[in-house]
Amino acid sequence: MSDSPQQRRLESDAERTAYEDGTFGRFGGQYVPEALMPALEELEDAYHRYVLENDDGFMDEFRRRLRDFGGRPTPLQRADRLSERYDREVYLKREDLLHGGAHKLNNALGQVLLAKYMGKERIIAETGAGQHGTATAMAAAHLDMPCEIYMGRTDVNRQRPNVFRMRINGADVNPVDAGRGTLKEAISETMRDWSRTVEHTHYVIGSIVGPHPFPAMVRDFQAVIAEEAREQAIGQIGSLPDSVVACAGGGSNTMGTFHHFVPDADVSLVAVEAGGSSLEVDEEAGVAPNSATLSTGEEGVLHGARTALLQDSNGQIMESHSVSAGLDYAGVGPELAHLVDEGRVNPVNVDDRIALEGFHRLSTEEGIIPALETAHAFGYLHEVCTGSDDGEASREDPLGESIVVNVSGRGDKDLETVIEKTEELGLEAAPDMSVFEGGL
Amino acid sequence: MTTDEVAASDDSRADTDIEAAFADGPAFVPYLAAGDPSYEASLEYVEALDRGGADVIELGLPFSEPIAEGPTIQEAVVRSLEAGMTPERFFEFVEDLDVEAPLVCMTYYNLIYQYGGSETRAPIAADETTSEEGPRPFVERAAEVGLEGFVVPDLPAEEADPLRGACDEFGLDLIFIVAPTTRGERLERMLERVSGYVYVQARLGTTGARDDVSDQTDTSLERLADHDVPKAVGFGIKTGEHAETIVSAGADGIIVGSALVDIVAEGHERGASTAETAARLEEKAIELSTGAARGAPAETDPEEGESNGNVPEPEQP
Repeated sequence: MSDSPQQRRLESDAERTAYEDGTFGRFGGQYVPEALMPALEELEDAYHRYVLENDDGFMDEFRRRLRDFGGRPTPLQRADRLSERYDREVYLKREDLLHGGAHKLNNALGQVLLAKYMGKERIIAETGAGQHGTATAMAAAHLDMPCEIYMGRTDVNRQRPNVFRMRINGADVNPVDAGRGTLKEAISETMRDWSRTVEHTHYVIGSIVGPHPFPAMVRDFQAVIAEEAREQAIGQIGSLPDSVVACAGGGSNTMGTFHHFVPDADVSLVAVEAGGSSLEVDEEAGVAPNSATLSTGEEGVLHGARTALLQDSNGQIMESHSVSAGLDYAGVGPELAHLVDEGRVNPVNVDDRIALEGFHRLSTEEGIIPALETAHAFGYLHEVCTGSDDGEASREDPLGESIVVNVSGRGDKDLETVIEKTEELGLEAAPDMSVFEGGL
Repeated sequence: MTTDEVAASDDSRADTDIEAAFADGPAFVPYLAAGDPSYEASLEYVEALDRGGADVIELGLPFSEPIAEGPTIQEAVVRSLEAGMTPERFFEFVEDLDVEAPLVCMTYYNLIYQYGGSETRAPIAADETTSEEGPRPFVERAAEVGLEGFVVPDLPAEEADPLRGACDEFGLDLIFIVAPTTRGERLERMLERVSGYVYVQARLGTTGARDDVSDQTDTSLERLADHDVPKAVGFGIKTGEHAETIVSAGADGIIVGSALVDIVAEGHERGASTAETAARLEEKAIELSTGAARGAPAETDPEEGESNGNVPEPEQP
């Protein structure tokens, strides 16, 4: 542990952050209708000027607002009981303490502010779990911009508290009935709105997905997590951690948490995906009952980027599934696909049950109710640190002795789902939920 | 001069049936989603459009995420997919069709990109290299069944070189969409790669029939006036009068999708017979093609024949 934290930084750092052509290896690009291309060029220009070069003090204002409005920096907290239980040093990056209760505000605030600098008059966004929608609605209210959110009908029904929060912040919420009514359909519908209104509207995409420059730009707004965590780890642990763990759906908290660690060759980066109810695919029905895109997906083109996708043999996009709405997506950010392809990021997954157990464990042992998305990371941590108890070969252990886990969000929005699913799956580790019969 | 460059690049791609279809008067280019609402009915519907005066037919191969489409065509896509449409079935559909007009496949890039690659595909996490065939197998099969071109709404010129290359190899046209927002360098980039015709998007937004004709069309046509490639205008055209207005504004053709898909949808919902819906489609096709013809300049230059290798370009009125 005597190595300087600066040692073994990968050579390709500068190269990796350039992306002049908007690609990450063979992933990324701009696969969008022609009408949107000029808007992407305009956005690319604004991204370079304001975000990369801090024109007009954009980044200064962004950081000031993240601090004053958002509550940054968030702490890196040692998880005492988990550390004791696993006999390792487990640290929690507390993005659940960011205003709004999730990491989503980093990106939403950055993009709404950027839209203002660009002279746009209206904000639209898609949302899955509702976390990005609420963050965008808050940022839009904060910066006085009209805001409309597209949300799949299924998600509207399973994330009602967030729908109310968006409405209360003054945003319009448009339910999307197409397909299975989840994030994929919401993104498609928001792109349709944008292709109509592109001249005065900015589309605040919620993850590191979509056409260039969104994946790079959203990552840069989220990378404040890694920037803080790396410095905090060095200060508190005295060295870089052995591993950094984050859940992965589209991948914005994942890349945000990994970004400044990517050049640290000795830090293991683990992306925990939703294994859903099964990794088996029902090709006939077009359903993959999971969202483990990095682990099982194949290269294709969706929502503006070449990336890893859950798709059938013809190239039709599958309906994904996860107990957690925020991970329930058939695609993933092209940069994560690239880092997995290169072997830099290790993709793993846990199913709904393990995630729920992780949810209850963090709640009862650490006093932190995590989002169901986040709970996947804790389910995985437990599996690795205690060995599998169901007789299967135990998992590989890439975690080492000191581990930083990103607590991407808090779980208030998930309580109804948790009560229902805990009952359905008959979890033993969970508290008695019978008092909640009939729902909240 | 750019026009010369474009003309030069067109030379190698000239003489296609699609360009010839624009040679004698304004072209009527209808769209239907193949297999909507069933394989058999859809064959009859497309043939009805051919009888009704179609000069080129755009056949939609449905993709599960049609981000450029409005509600009408989204629903057609769902009906077709539910009836079992797949890329291979689509190629059989094209072989089974008995039409005069050249056929253009309209689909999204993932279906083109994935075709024929299933044996070599593996999860990206798997530690093996996949062979990069790209769009070639799809284009090869398309050429085999007699398709003559592609429109790919989510493939801008910047990402189109692999598909353009495959189209050149097999002698197919690649049509690009020019949006009201397309200008300058982007327009040039596109015009260097386009063949067959340019699809002029009449307004911002998604596809769908409208009650008026957008004035965004005029400015788009003006921007293209110096370019020697047929210009077909689509997005929102619904009636013979629209068709006439658009052609008299300088378009070389009109593209109509949602107004025709509406007829299919309405017949399907009402439980109308296939013959009845086909008859209505034929009638609508006649209205639109004659409307377009009315909008054409009174005198057509007799030298602009189909056998001429150069792309004919009527003077702007």
